[in-house]
Amino acid sequence: MKYVHLIWANIRRKKVRTLLTVGSFAVALFLFGLLATIQTAFNQGVEVAGVDRLVVRNNVSLIMPLPYSYKERLLQIPGVRDVTFASWFGGYYQDPKNFFPQLASEKETWLKIYPEYKVPPKEWADFLADREGCIIGRTTAEKYGFKVGDRVPIVASIFGGVWEFNVCGIYDGTRTEDDTTQFWFRSDYLEERRTWGKGQVGWYVVRVDNPDDAPAVAEAIDNRFSNSSWETKSETEKAFAAGFVKQVGNIQLLIMVIGSVVFFTLLLVTGNTMALSIRERTGELAVMKTLGFSDRSILWFVLAESQAYAVIGGALGLAGVKLFTLGGDPTGGFLPLFYLAPSRMLLGLMLAMAVGALSGLLPALTARRLRIVEALRRI
Amino acid sequence: MAIPLIYNLRSVRARWASNLIAVLGIAGVVAVFTAMLAMARGFQLTLAESGSPKNAIVLRGGATTEMESVVTLDQLRVIQDAPGVAHDAGGRPLVSGEVFVVTAFHHKASNSDALAPVRGVSDLALKVHDGVRITGGRFLRPGMAELVAGKNASDMYTGFRLGDHPKFGGRTWTVVGIMDSGGSAFDSEVWADNVVLNETYKRPDNIFSSVTARLDSPASFGAFKRAVTSDPRLTVQTEPESSYYAKQSRAVSTMIRVLGFLVASIMAIGAVFGAFNTMYSSVSARSREIATLRALGFGPAGVVFSFLVESLVIALAGGLLGCILVLPVNGLTTSTLNWQSFSQVAFAFRVTPDLLMKGVIFAAFMGVLGGFLPALHAARLPVADALREL
Repeated sequence: MKYVHLIWANIRRKKVRTLLTVGSFAVALFLFGLLATIQTAFNQGVEVAGVDRLVVRNNVSLIMPLPYSYKERLLQIPGVRDVTFASWFGGYYQDPKNFFPQLASEKETWLKIYPEYKVPPKEWADFLADREGCIIGRTTAEKYGFKVGDRVPIVASIFGGVWEFNVCGIYDGTRTEDDTTQFWFRSDYLEERRTWGKGQVGWYVVRVDNPDDAPAVAEAIDNRFSNSSWETKSETEKAFAAGFVKQVGNIQLLIMVIGSVVFFTLLLVTGNTMALSIRERTGELAVMKTLGFSDRSILWFVLAESQAYAVIGGALGLAGVKLFTLGGDPTGGFLPLFYLAPSRMLLGLMLAMAVGALSGLLPALTARRLRIVEALRRI
Repeated sequence: MAIPLIYNLRSVRARWASNLIAVLGIAGVVAVFTAMLAMARGFQLTLAESGSPKNAIVLRGGATTEMESVVTLDQLRVIQDAPGVAHDAGGRPLVSGEVFVVTAFHHKASNSDALAPVRGVSDLALKVHDGVRITGGRFLRPGMAELVAGKNASDMYTGFRLGDHPKFGGRTWTVVGIMDSGGSAFDSEVWADNVVLNETYKRPDNIFSSVTARLDSPASFGAFKRAVTSDPRLTVQTEPESSYYAKQSRAVSTMIRVLGFLVASIMAIGAVFGAFNTMYSSVSARSREIATLRALGFGPAGVVFSFLVESLVIALAGGLLGCILVLPVNGLTTSTLNWQSFSQVAFAFRVTPDLLMKGVIFAAFMGVLGGFLPALHAARLPVADALREL
């Protein structure tokens, strides 16, 4: 600790160089944080998935419906606690670019299955009383300025026409990672107004008694409906969401490749800077050794210096990402959840320290090996 | 008088190790930048090439994609008589009613189910979509459970080789042909007979998702559109097929480009720092040399220019190296979920000369930015002090 001022003096020796090295770390960690954020955003569905929920859809594909009559039959399957369903409405507000998911959901069971969403009881009571009511997620409501009491027209690109809804309430998630971009309205209203496909729903969501039994219950459901004209495919919500992530492509690989290119470059740049700055100080280090500083403490000085750059730069970069994510999704609706998880921040900081240690190692060893006589003779 | 260029080239060589690091840094940025652009470009071109300007696609009014749209057989008959519609040698109007559905098939690369587009077509499909060629086997026969698989679909999914018998929708099919449309979105599709597909998917008879009409020429579109949108028997909208597909690619290519630019610009700042650091150290190590040049009579402007050239040389070397690094991704085929059609689209990275040019310009920009301050610093060195040092 008593050498802190010495290390600090070395850091301040060449201000421009220090600034650049710290800056390189900050930039690299900013990029790391951003990539981690994008990855989290893609995996959001997987991370929020309830362990006790199964998604039951038509075996052919998600766009094929299932009959309404399956609800009672699902409830009879052992291990099933609750069942709800939803249908994809696929409309837009004013312009096709204004995309948010609209779900026609069953009002009696919806919140039983999704306890993570919170709606004020009075607003929910209004929703139950209003056939044309809707509940909107906080993010979407704020983005388009929807308020309780508004009448919102939605262009129905699947069902045709313009449908108007009364905003009864705004829902929030209980965790940061919960999706608050959805728009819910009543399935009985859809059933009443749709001109085709009556008696059909998009998919079912089943809550099981015991999460450990989820795979067995999924199998029991699929067996129950096999060889019927509407076969089902049931899987845990996590597997369902993971399937979607896989369809987008190998995002993970892309992020790893970019991340490694950046860290490799950073390693080269800081290693180079440290080497240069040690070479310049050869005489000085020799004098310090003459004064009695041990080889090992010289090694630690150099390592501590590169570590300081790494930690300061890394912290700055991560703080930058945190600020950036507060501004919300930059792609305009593609990544509804855009935030930097604390675990990723920690990982980033550890990576920065590892790069700092690696890039300082070679110069530090050179400094330790330095022989006083030779170093002083050079000048 | 300008400082000879050979001085900079030799300086670059003399400090090759640290310059090489700067070159590698810039090469990495240029490679990532160009690769991201090549990906967005590939996706965009894949969909853009799917649509022909000579075709008009007709959807139900208000529908944004084929999947949301419904057109009846009665409406199709009206469209057949619209002005501007081309006819084949036998005098049949070239109008194809098509059914578009998505089905989960086993995707080899991710080893999981992926949504694949399945298109039900009429026997006129190959005449209407004239970019599609049958490269193996034959075209499907009407009324049979036969499939023609696009070449990318055939590669991507398990069980879609020529002669395979895939099962879906409660039916066993036979792959009788492989089609190639030169890299467009049709290569990711599987085609079946439209009547059989309707039946398999329990859709009402005589209902199509869309109708594609071949026109005499792109110029006939105006008259065709007026006719189909003003006819009281039709509640449809129409647009040239090329613009329909261009719109389909917009969301995904915008996302790739936004993320690509974001990542590349942050990497660029890092690379500029790296170049800056290298140049700065190289200037301070050379203070005596620079002072000597000044003493010989080279002016400060000459020194600034000379150092800018040096950093530009480093940056351009990095830019070229980056372009070479990115070349192997050209033609690499990958697939993603296109949200508009809610199904997988395979596309190839396209590294085009203009993208490479953009990469090199980007590198030059980084070089000038990274070299400017160190060059100024070099020019400002007090000659007498620098010469006195050591």
